[in-house]
Parts: sequence; structure tokens; C-alpha cells
Amino acid sequence: MLSLELLFIPLLAAILLLFANEKAAKPLALVFGLVEAVFTVYAYQVFQQNGSEAFEFQMPWVNKPQINIHFGLDGISLLMVILTNLLVPFIVLSGFNRDTKRPAVFYALISFMHFALLGVFMALDGFVYYIFWELALIPIYFIAFNWGDENSPKVTLKFFIYTLAGSLLMLFGFLYLYMGMPNHSLDWSVLSTQHTCSCNQTWLFWMFFAAFAIKIPIIPFHTWQPDTYKSAPTQGTMLLSGIMLKMGTYSLLRWLLPIFPAGMIEWQPIVITLSVIGIVYASIIAIMQRDLKKLFAYSSIAHVGLIAAGVFTLSFEGIQGALVQMLAHGINVVGLFFCADIILNRKGTLQIHQLGGIRLQSPWFAAFFLIVVLGAVALPLTNGFVGEFMLLYSLFKYNVWLGAVAGTSVILGAVYMLKMYQTAILGDTNEHSEPMEALQWNEKAVLIGIISLIFILGIFPGIVTNLTQPAIDQLIKLI
Amino acid sequence: MDNTMNLLNLITPSMMIPIFPLLGFLILSFLGKRLGAFSGWVASMAILGSFLCSLNIFLGLDGQQLNYTIFKWISAGDLQIEFGFLIDHLSIIMLLVVTGIGFLIHLYSMGYMHHDEGFTRFFSYLNLFIFFMLLLVMGNNYAVMFIGWEGVGLCSYLLIGFWFKNQAYNDAAKKAFIMNRIGDLGFLIGIFALVFHFGTIDFMDIQNQLVSFESNAPVLIFITLMLFIGATGKSAQLPLYTWLPDAMAGPTPVSALIHAATMVTAGIYMICRSNLLFALAPFTLHIILIVGIATSLFAAIIGIKQNDIKKILAYSTVSQLGLMFAAIGLGAFESSMFHVMTHAFFKALLFLGAGSVIHAMGGEQDIRKMGGLNKSIKLTFVTFLIATLAISGIFPFAGFFSKDEILAKAFEHNLLVWALLSISSMITAFYMFRLLFLVFYGEFRGTEEQYKHLHESPISMTLPLMVLAVLSAFGGFLGLPAVLSSTHQLSEFLSPVFMASKSLKVEAHALSHEQEWLLMGIATLAALVSIYYAFHLYMKKKVIPENEEALSGLSKWVANKFYVDEFYHKVIVNPILILSDLLLVLIDKLVIDLLVNLTALIVDSTGRIYRLIQTGSTGFYLIAMVLSMVIVMFIQIIL
Repeated sequence: MLSLELLFIPLLAAILLLFANEKAAKPLALVFGLVEAVFTVYAYQVFQQNGSEAFEFQMPWVNKPQINIHFGLDGISLLMVILTNLLVPFIVLSGFNRDTKRPAVFYALISFMHFALLGVFMALDGFVYYIFWELALIPIYFIAFNWGDENSPKVTLKFFIYTLAGSLLMLFGFLYLYMGMPNHSLDWSVLSTQHTCSCNQTWLFWMFFAAFAIKIPIIPFHTWQPDTYKSAPTQGTMLLSGIMLKMGTYSLLRWLLPIFPAGMIEWQPIVITLSVIGIVYASIIAIMQRDLKKLFAYSSIAHVGLIAAGVFTLSFEGIQGALVQMLAHGINVVGLFFCADIILNRKGTLQIHQLGGIRLQSPWFAAFFLIVVLGAVALPLTNGFVGEFMLLYSLFKYNVWLGAVAGTSVILGAVYMLKMYQTAILGDTNEHSEPMEALQWNEKAVLIGIISLIFILGIFPGIVTNLTQPAIDQLIKLI
Repeated sequence: MDNTMNLLNLITPSMMIPIFPLLGFLILSFLGKRLGAFSGWVASMAILGSFLCSLNIFLGLDGQQLNYTIFKWISAGDLQIEFGFLIDHLSIIMLLVVTGIGFLIHLYSMGYMHHDEGFTRFFSYLNLFIFFMLLLVMGNNYAVMFIGWEGVGLCSYLLIGFWFKNQAYNDAAKKAFIMNRIGDLGFLIGIFALVFHFGTIDFMDIQNQLVSFESNAPVLIFITLMLFIGATGKSAQLPLYTWLPDAMAGPTPVSALIHAATMVTAGIYMICRSNLLFALAPFTLHIILIVGIATSLFAAIIGIKQNDIKKILAYSTVSQLGLMFAAIGLGAFESSMFHVMTHAFFKALLFLGAGSVIHAMGGEQDIRKMGGLNKSIKLTFVTFLIATLAISGIFPFAGFFSKDEILAKAFEHNLLVWALLSISSMITAFYMFRLLFLVFYGEFRGTEEQYKHLHESPISMTLPLMVLAVLSAFGGFLGLPAVLSSTHQLSEFLSPVFMASKSLKVEAHALSHEQEWLLMGIATLAALVSIYYAFHLYMKKKVIPENEEALSGLSKWVANKFYVDEFYHKVIVNPILILSDLLLVLIDKLVIDLLVNLTALIVDSTGRIYRLIQTGSTGFYLIAMVLSMVIVMFIQIIL
């Protein structure tokens, strides 16, 4: 039942916000976000004591076709729920000193998005999952479309159609599975135990994988991503990169692997190779990016490519690394885009070469930014290191050469990040430099929160690994 | 029983060793502004605290080792990594060197950085550096070592680019970090291979398992080569050495502490820590020997033609590190550690002395614009002279003994190796005395203003110079050769650490006393010849190095460091930058995105075409229906 309550709070927030006073919108959204976060802490404790039972919810919905409303949590889902509920308050808070037009609608959409994301992470029936999967696309579409920059209508349309196309393939896949199942059910427990023959898995794998690969995105399905990240309002970009793309990586573990273990093994070499190529490819492109947000977009492609590769090694270390890194990447990428937003807000530009001298104007901001950057380049004792360490090890174990090639991202990551940091933050101010207004309280709160998480998870990753370990053991058994 | 009790009592002080500098860093970062000039003292006292704790452990260790786990760090399948410390005779030596010299350099910095607006920030970085260096040294497995390893890299980055307004300095900082990262990838892969083949990365566990491995097993060769790649990055060996000379952009105390005495020796420490592993891979030792000799010679040759006082010392550091690696390649781990120690003394002294010179000269670093400073900064001169004698290998200064020991080991091994290393030592003596003569003797070649400004540094700077001078003068007595003493104290102290790898080594015929005397004689003579040649050139003939434009042929190549940086730029850096743009424009935008858009276009235009058929007239639909039925029938008949 707890899963329903987790879902209910953001949904209620979304509805209330629609009718809220424009001025009350931000605080209201924050309060609901915080309530949900506190509730998550409670849920975490319940989970630690009683396991997933307390979260199980099942109810018949439609008879023909037979659809059950089925929610539940295991360690992996709970981690995603924690990620979501942790980041949403930060995302809301980050907008406190920004002028957003029609804030009530904007934050209602964010809350609705919040609701849909949680639904994706907790749904255990194929149809319900699919509904939430598509539901999540709607609010982000409007957020990006209405609150983005001048290019956003065109860019957002492409994003929408691209991901929708992927989703449709998945829908066909689900329908096929439904027809093929002897008892006509799309319940997760049925799908993960009664496997369709490997002849079908060969192609059905791609119906699902395409949907996930576009969402993540894995190269070459990524071309919607840099433009969308750039054009969307920063809070939208944070939602997209911090949480929404984890729908894809999460689904690899929740749906793809349990339903198509044979397909997974069959296509393993190709997907891993594709991902590793993508890591290097995106890292190299990131080096010469002139726009902060685009640089972070490409760096994000490199990072999630490694996550996907780790999942496909089908090893314990790879999957654990993927989960640790999903949380770490969510935190770090929100931090990075927030820093970009702070700069944009003060300097009016994200063009790296037009910046410079920020270290001189605002030492604390520069220090915060540097720590987030170090998390992104996986310095030990930051959260980025632990996941990357596990993921690279899993790849190394799978194939030494692939591990080494993927490992170059360790070097390339330092190249593009430090290059960016040097040009944008260090150096002297020049005659074009705008003043750097001091950080506001909400900005400080977000940055300090993110930095604390970077260190806490870097030093004590056991918080995550203890949570997910039993679930991963279950998954590994399926292979 | 009594001993174990004693050992347990040492755990708390050993934990305090890294905690002091960490606290120092945190205090300075958050309260730095309020502390003002006092922050230098806070930082120095933190390091003094670590030093005293190390001393306490040094005295109480008594041949045992302290090995404990603090908490479980990473847990996932094969990767079960604990955060723990190992303090034995090897790490305690490093701890004393790091905290001892670290403390002296902190003291020195209080004078040197006195006027700098980033005074507090400087000390907070220094403390952070010491913290990570201590983790590197104290870690009881490769992962904890790697934390320190990357951490010191970060501090090195922060301190090289300390004056961050200058983008050239920032370039140097970035270059250092990235080149280190290249090595770190090797290190990381080495760690992975260790996990994969040993199931553990704990130093002691691995050592215990190594018994069952054959010498030169491919696995061991792979692992050791990867670890060595890590070492070449951090310890500035060919081909990853080019960051170290550039790192001189940082404040001089940083060059002394990080880029001479401590961090750059991390690679040697790491290999000594894994000595049994490397001893079981003679193939890798060969490679290390070759790389060490090559680096030692190459950097020494470049050192001849440099005119920036810090650059000369930087190339000298690269060259000396090469010598240490050569010692490792010879399997003489303890000799290598001996040289790490003496080198820390005299190279730190040289850099601090150089700092004092630069301080006196108002920031000037070009030795062509100095001269005759021996009178105006006497104390600096005397201590600098001691360090120069030590690095040149003159009896009885510290460098003589450690270098002689390596040369003797080389002679046992192979005459050619001995000859090459001797040549490198000769060159070292030459360029060091070239430096000494040009800076401290002859006419003053600076400006009038500089001449008036000349002054000895304050006591906070000269005191560390004096202490280090004493160490550089007498530090060598810790390792007297067999002909002079029956006990080699350092070697004996380290013997528990190197026992296992020692037993593997086929002992070459030990040198007779006559041979040893002869070798020492030759080495001393060679150094004296070099010094005389330098004396002849720069004292008698009063040669002042020419400007670069006047050079030609080989000397131009040497002065330009054999154009290695330019080569790397052309062959590696630029192609990657071009590739970055190309991939974006050609592959990302043109090929992939075009395909995506094309798909959309096809769907779109198909829709448009189909729309034409949707005329709405029933007659058209009927005709279409009949036509298609006919076509289907025909197809069936044909098939």
C-alpha cells in the first residue's frame, strides 16, 4: 500500500498546484516535495525492516484485456524512488530565485512528472508501466515546449516524436507478449518467469531495447538529446537528465533483462560494443563543445553509455555499478546543469569562451562547481568514482580491450571538464565580464545539498549497495 | 602479548596522522578568513602533529606491522574493498619523510607566501595534499592507495594553477592532471587485474598468494606493466614526464614538496610496496630498467641547456627519478628507497634554496640574469652548495651513498647499465655546478633595482634550509656501504619488507672490497671532472649561456627539450581536437541525425501521398478495391 501513498503525494501536489495562487506555487511545490522526501525516508525504514511486502499493491482493473493495477518495490525500484524524491525538491528549490512565467502551471507539470516517474519505477504490470512511461512524456513536453528557449518548439517536437516512436515499438512488443502468454497477462511476475521462446526474444528484444536506448540515450539514438537539453528550461533539463533518462536504464534491469534473458545474451556483444563506442565518441565530441549545457549533454551521453554497458555485462559488479552510477549521475548532472544555470542567470550566456574570471568574482561558487566537476570526472571519494570503478571493472572482466577503451573516458572526462573549467571559471575577468552576483540562499542550499551527497555517497557507497544487493542477486539468477 | 598491546596502542596515533592535516584543511577552508596570517601556523602545527605521531609509531613499531581496517568501502561481487591502513617499516619511512619535510616546507612557506593574497588558500591546499599523500602511503590496499594517488594529483592541479588568473599556469595544471590520468588508467587496469586474478587487492593478502605463482607468469607481467604505467605518470618517466617541468608554474614551496620530495616518488613507493609482485616479473623489471635509464639520461641532457633555475631542478628531478626506477629495475628496492629519502632531503633543499634566490631576486628565475649572489645571500648559498654537492655525489654527502649504492648494484648487474648511469650522474654534476656558478659566482647580471633589493630571506625560510642542509650532509650515513661499515642501517630496517623478494633474486657475485673502492673512486673522479669542466666554462671563461635564437644544431634541440611537447601536440592533442569537431559535424549532424530526420521525412511524405488517395469518392474506392483483388489473384496464380 505504501507505494500508492508514495504516488499520491505528487499527484495531489499537481492537482492543487493547478488551482494555486501564482505566488504560492513555488513554496507549495517545495513543501510537497519535502513531504514526499520525508515520506521516502519512512518508506526506506519500512523497507529495511519488512522488505517489499509493505509496498505491494494489486487490484484488478480491466477484465478484457486482463489488466491489473500492480505496484511494488524491490531494492532497485526503491533506489530509483529515492533518486526521484531526492532530486525533485532540489529541482524545485533551484527555481526559487528565477522568474518563471505562470509558475502554478509550471510546478504543477513538474509535480505531475514526479508522479509519472514514480509510477514507472513502481509499476509491475506491463500495461500500467507503459501508461506511466508515456504519461511521463507529456509534462516534460509542455515544460520544454512552453518554457524553453526560442528553438524549443522545433527541438521539442523532434524529442517527442523520437521517443514516442520508440515507445510504440515497445507497445507492439507488449501486445505480442500478451497474445503469446498462455494466461494472457502482462504481470511482471508472469513475464519474468514464463519466457517466450528465444526465437521470439531475438527480435522482441529490439522492440523494447529501441525504446529504452532512445530514452537513455545510447548512440546512435541520441541526436534528440543535446538540443533538447540545451533548449529546455534548466529545471526541465534536470528532470530529463537527472531522472527521466534513468527510466531507460532502470527498464533495462526491470523489464528487458527478466523478460528476454536469452535475447539479452544474444545481443550482449553488440550492445556493449555500441555503448563503448558511444562513450568514447561522446567524450571526444564534448571536448570541443562551446556551450556549457551541450558539453554536459555529451558528457551525460558518455556516462550513461557506461551504465548501459555495465548492465549488459550481466555481471553483479556491472549491475551494481550501474545502480550506484545512476544515483551518482542523477545528483552530479543536476549539479552541473544547476551551475550552468547560475552562470546563465548572472552572465547571460553559456558560451564557454565568453566567460572567465568567475573564480575571481565568486570563489565559493567556483569551489562548489569544481567539486561537482570532480564528481563527474570520478575522483575517488566522490560518488562518481564508486560507480565508475565497478562499471569499468565489469567491462574489464567481460573483455580486457573493451574495458581499456571505455577506460579512456577517465582521461577524456578530465580533458573536457578541466578545459571547460579553465576557460569558463579560471583566468582573469575581461572587459566583457558581467558582474557575478552573490549566490542566493536557495542556490546555496541546493549546491551544499548536492555536494554533501557527492561526498557521502563517495565515502559510504554501502548505503546504496546494501539496499540493492538482494535485488541484484534475484536478477542474476534469471540469467 | 606485550608486543600486541603496544601495537594496539599505536592505532590511535596512526589514525591521527591523516586526521590532523584533514582537520587543518577543513579549518582553513571554512574559517580561513578569520584566521588571517595565523592560518600558516594552524597548517604547520597540523603537519607537526602528524610528524610527532609518525615518530611515536616509528619508535614503537619494533619490527612489527600495524594493519587494520576502518570500514568497508566498496562491496559488489568480486569487489570487496576495505578502507584500512598498513604501517610497516616501509610506510613509516615514507611517513617520516612526508610529514618531516612537509612540516619544514610549511614553515618555509609562511615566509615565502607572506605577501600573497591567497595565503590561507595556499595552506589549505598544502594540508589537503599532505592528507592525500598520507592516505597514499598508509593505505593497506591498492584502492586506498589510489584514493591518495588521485587526491595528490588533484592537489597538484590546484597548486600548480594556484595563481589562477594566469591561463598559462592553468594550462600547466591541466596538463599535469591529464597526463597523470593517463597513467592512472594503467594503474586502474592493474587494480582490476589484481582483483580478477587474486580476488583481493590487499597488499598482504596478495603477497601471501604470490607464493604459488611462477616467475614471469603472463598475468604478473600484465599486472606489473599496468601498475608501472601508473608509476610513469605520477613519477614523471618517459613518455609521460612532460608535465613535471611545466608544473614549475606553481609556487616554489609546492615544487619542493610535491614535485620533488614527495608526490613524484609515489610511483617508486608503489612499486616497492608491491616488491614481491615485481620481483616475480623480471620481464617488467627489465622494462623498468630501460625506461629508468633512458629517462635519467634524457632528462639530464635536457638539463644542461635550461636557463630557468626551477626548470633545471625539474629536469634534474626527472633524471633522479629515472635513477630510482633503474634501481628498481635492478631489483634493488631498498637502494631505490634510500635514494628516495636522500633525494627528498637535497632536492627539497635545492628547491627551497632556489625559492630563496627567487625571493631575493624579486621573482627572477633566469640564471643568466643572476650571478655573484654568494655574498649577499650567504646562508642560502652555503646550504645550496651542500645540496649541490649532495646531488652531485661528492663524498660524504647524502647523495654520494645512495647513488653509489645504485651504481654498485648496476655494476654487479651489467657493465653497460653502470656506464650509462654513471654518465647520467656526470651530467648531473655538470649542470648542477653550472647552475651554482652562474647563480652565485661571477658578476651580478640583473638590474640595478634588483641589486638593491637583494636580501637574505627571513628566518622562517632559512631555518628549514639549515635543517635540510644537515640532513643532506649526513643523511647518507644511514646507508653506509659494506666497505665502511658492517651494517647498512636503512637496508636492515627495511629488510622485513623486502625479505620475500630478496630471497627470489639470484644473488649476483657480491662485489669485493677492492671493486667497491674502485667504483667509489671512479664515481668521485667522474663527478670531479664534471665539476671542473663546469668550473672551467663558467668560472674561468665566464661563459654566459646564449639566447635561444643564437643556438643551432644539437644544442638548439636540447634547449628546446627535443621538441617533445610540440610532437605530442601535433600527433596527439591536435588530432583529437580536430576529431572532436569532425565527429560532431560529419557523423553526429550529417550522418546520424540525417538518417533520423530522413526517417521522419519518409513517414511524413508517405502520409502526404496516402492523403491523395483518400479522395472521399466511393467510386474511386470501389475501383481501387477491384483492382487490388485482381492483382492479388494474379499473384496467387503466378505463384
